[in-house]
Amino acid sequence: MAKIAVQFTLNGSERAEFVESGSTLLSVLRDKMGDTSPKAGCRQGSCGACSVIVDGELTLACLTLAETSNGKDVRTAAGLSSGDVLHPLQRAFEEEFAAQCGFCTPGMIMAATVLLERNPNPSREDVIEAISGNICRCTGYEPIIRAVLAAARSNSVAA
Amino acid sequence: MKLAKTYFADERNDDFSEIGQPLPRTDLRGHVTGRTVYFADRTFPGMLYLKMVRSPHHHARILSIDTSEAEKHPGVVRILTAKDVPQNLYTILILIQVGPEDEHVLAEDKVRWKGEAVVAVLAETERAAQEAAAKVKVEYEVLEPVLSIEDALKPDAPIVNEHHGRNYYLYDSGECRKIRFGDVEEGFAAADHILEETYQSSPIEHAPVETTGCIVVPEANGRFTCYTNTQAMFFTLDNASIILQMPGHRLHMVGGTVGGGFGGKVDVIVEPIAILAAKLTGRPVSFIYTREEEMQISSPRAAEKIVIKDGVMRDGRIVARKVTAYVDAGAYSRHSPYGAQKAAAHFPGPYTIPNVWIDSYCVYTNRTPSSAMRGFGVTIADFALEVQMDKLARLIGMDPLEFRFINAYRDGDMKAHRQPTEGAALIECMQEASIVADWPVDERFMAMSSRVREG
Repeated sequence: MAKIAVQFTLNGSERAEFVESGSTLLSVLRDKMGDTSPKAGCRQGSCGACSVIVDGELTLACLTLAETSNGKDVRTAAGLSSGDVLHPLQRAFEEEFAAQCGFCTPGMIMAATVLLERNPNPSREDVIEAISGNICRCTGYEPIIRAVLAAARSNSVAA
Repeated sequence: MKLAKTYFADERNDDFSEIGQPLPRTDLRGHVTGRTVYFADRTFPGMLYLKMVRSPHHHARILSIDTSEAEKHPGVVRILTAKDVPQNLYTILILIQVGPEDEHVLAEDKVRWKGEAVVAVLAETERAAQEAAAKVKVEYEVLEPVLSIEDALKPDAPIVNEHHGRNYYLYDSGECRKIRFGDVEEGFAAADHILEETYQSSPIEHAPVETTGCIVVPEANGRFTCYTNTQAMFFTLDNASIILQMPGHRLHMVGGTVGGGFGGKVDVIVEPIAILAAKLTGRPVSFIYTREEEMQISSPRAAEKIVIKDGVMRDGRIVARKVTAYVDAGAYSRHSPYGAQKAAAHFPGPYTIPNVWIDSYCVYTNRTPSSAMRGFGVTIADFALEVQMDKLARLIGMDPLEFRFINAYRDGDMKAHRQPTEGAALIECMQEASIVADWPVDERFMAMSSRVREG
């Protein structure tokens, strides 16, 4: 089967691969580009574990054809920290114990990142709405909500 | 965190350096940066994908299996049926002498639940494996299914699992796990009130966000590396060794972070067949449940039916408790005989009752095999017991917490299954709960101790 070229910016670096037509962004990120921070929890768009950010929009990588990401800016949880310096959301997730098995965490942090980029001072309801597409089966949602609100507070203190 | 230091102060030095101190978890940095490695975060050159052909029937005889069309499908490398599995008949707990073997890795002759694995298809891509699996033709003669505990125990019920020969697990104590303590009928005769209630639960799926699976790599030294998200590494190693008739030193099981388990990854289902596939093809093999398989195929918590009959005195003492419990194992034992046995020991609850009678059955039906899940055997039992406790308290017009103080077990009390109570601390927990929940109880309960029985 003829392969097609996909090329986009992944966490600031230009990346290109030849992939099978019909490949999802999730499989290209994980299997071709070696970024396994987006997870395959359902591959039917219902769990949110594969969430990434494409041109600023929260995107389910499992339902996105890789070729539609051509020329776009793709961000994943793996690109959030710079070296040892954690993003405020990552720090807050650690401090609030907002992860247990960790499988939903990268997607959850992506959803929260988009929220804080658009709304630096979200209410509790805003946070609940923002993570409503992401399923966590371990900790429950309270520590996650607390972490996102704490990250927003630490951002506004820093600013 | 506040340590309630007034309790058992004489038993502690209070020189803790870790307990009571918040500590960062060592795995959190990996989780928040997306760098934690789960079993599926690996790819290998030449990796094959395994797709299972499953029974569409609850109960059926297999008349024929035709894989010829599937074999011709582009990308298909190998198709496995029961005859390819060296020791196809197994049961997980045979390792601790809980037999008999009652389950096939791939179905032979019969299927006993909707979703049972019949044929394994290996292909170059996931898509080819899925398409070829749809081309496997299995001819069935549909049999009458047994879909409830009640139907399973009817005298003329169809036999679900011939390896047991009856629709319940035969314990060394007979048709159920039994506990006999005191004289329960005498207790009922002396009681001021009798309350008999039935409690039922449905199966519950663990639904971890990471589905069950493994990736197996055949190594140059003749060993097989199995990257798995099992929660039971040694059950997996030893059962795979039996099923594959392969010494354990050739099986290198690699675990790691599990993306949610809750007991659902304690069975040994995906690894043996994936290792066999890697052995027969000489190539890496990935066998990962789809979301649909995780929800429909992986073992849930068992459905249970629990009948509790209690005799209680007006002063709050429970004087007799009779429990008949049924655990729906589904078609195969897996961990259920153990769960039903654990339930039997648990049923009196954390209460000292002089007359106890327990019958706990492990029942076979043509439903998805149930297995381990968070406190299985006791979780539903506790739901039933504690609802019963509230009802008993209401029946005699007593505060439900005070009612529990009256019946709480203390150190030195003999439990119904002949284990003496040690380190109970139940009284103290309830005292603290009473304070924290702002649910005051009478002075005399706050003066109680789990170590000394007053009066």
